[in-house]
Amino acid sequence: MKILKNAVAGTLESSDLFVQIEPDENNLTLEIDSVVANQHMDAIRAAVLETLKEFEVSSGKIFIKDKGALDCVIRARVETALKRGGVQES
Amino acid sequence: MRRTMLFLPGNTPNMLVNGDTLGADTIIFDLEDAVSPDEKDAARILVRNALRYQSTDNCETVVRINPTDTAFWKEDLKAVIPLKPDVIMPTKVNGAAMIQEVSAYMAQVEKKAGIEEGTVKILPLIETALGVEKSFEIASADKRVIGIFLGGEDFTADMHCKRTKEGKEIFYARTRLVCAARACGIEAYDTPFTDVEDMEGLRKDTEFAKSLGFAGKAVISPRHVDIVNEVFSPTEEEIAYAHDVMDAIEEGKRQGKGVISLRGKMIDAPIVKRASQVLEMEKAIYGGESYE
Repeated sequence: MKILKNAVAGTLESSDLFVQIEPDENNLTLEIDSVVANQHMDAIRAAVLETLKEFEVSSGKIFIKDKGALDCVIRARVETALKRGGVQES
Repeated sequence: MRRTMLFLPGNTPNMLVNGDTLGADTIIFDLEDAVSPDEKDAARILVRNALRYQSTDNCETVVRINPTDTAFWKEDLKAVIPLKPDVIMPTKVNGAAMIQEVSAYMAQVEKKAGIEEGTVKILPLIETALGVEKSFEIASADKRVIGIFLGGEDFTADMHCKRTKEGKEIFYARTRLVCAARACGIEAYDTPFTDVEDMEGLRKDTEFAKSLGFAGKAVISPRHVDIVNEVFSPTEEEIAYAHDVMDAIEEGKRQGKGVISLRGKMIDAPIVKRASQVLEMEKAIYGGESYE
């Protein structure tokens, strides 16, 4: 599945995260900026990558600003951004 | 037991993920008024994930869906029903047909998800003049309906009158809903008190709702939970009296008495029924342990 258009989801409020996605035919770029990076970066990255995998997205640009979101929020915001970006549920 | 039903905005993670720690008997994930139209998709996914991954062991879960005259309600149900929330709250309910339409669609989603039909219940939100007038019809519309709920803000807007703290303008709607619910053997739940700062007003409004026969009340702030829980809980005196009633009944049976009295007053069927309700509440609140 490809990201077809630019899209955003989420907010910069506490316990939320803001996701911005852009199409890229060839490469996967994932940039994560988190207020809890020192403690939870691996878990955040894993939640994002698992969600991308669920939607069979292997390329695109993903920019994330995390404000301490829990796993279920991370997955929800990434899913929302993907769907808004034209990615269909597999 | 639904003494307090706390509304949580469906697109606000910091409230959603802590929902079951806020002391309410029921939490209502709101996909309707608390979510702007362009964020409905995000809220639906967030609420679905909250149901899937977050603990809700300490409370019942309700999802308030969008009205049936919008494009959103079927998508709401498709997203959340597979996660088996306890209850769905349809909004702006005006008659039995609306409930039956929602129930039929819920059955389709349940079947597709491999869930037994009828697992998820319905708590209709009645918030229009027509809805109030048809409250009995709504309460008896479908076997999923476990209660009816008054929405005072939209109701007063529909009535072209001002919503006040005193609530005289919703008195008719309140009593009509309680009567309709009781006539169907289900419960009625009261509209929230919307001034988050006025704790005295909240207590007064809640005590009045209880006196009319409501079984609980919605709240829009976690700060309101304790007072509403307290008002809708039986007092120590009520619990002690209920135990005395039951003890007297048992003693009367042992002695073969036809007429039983306690503290000089005959114990009749309504007193026993009320005592039984108090003891059920005691069990629900204190986990079956003796209050003492």
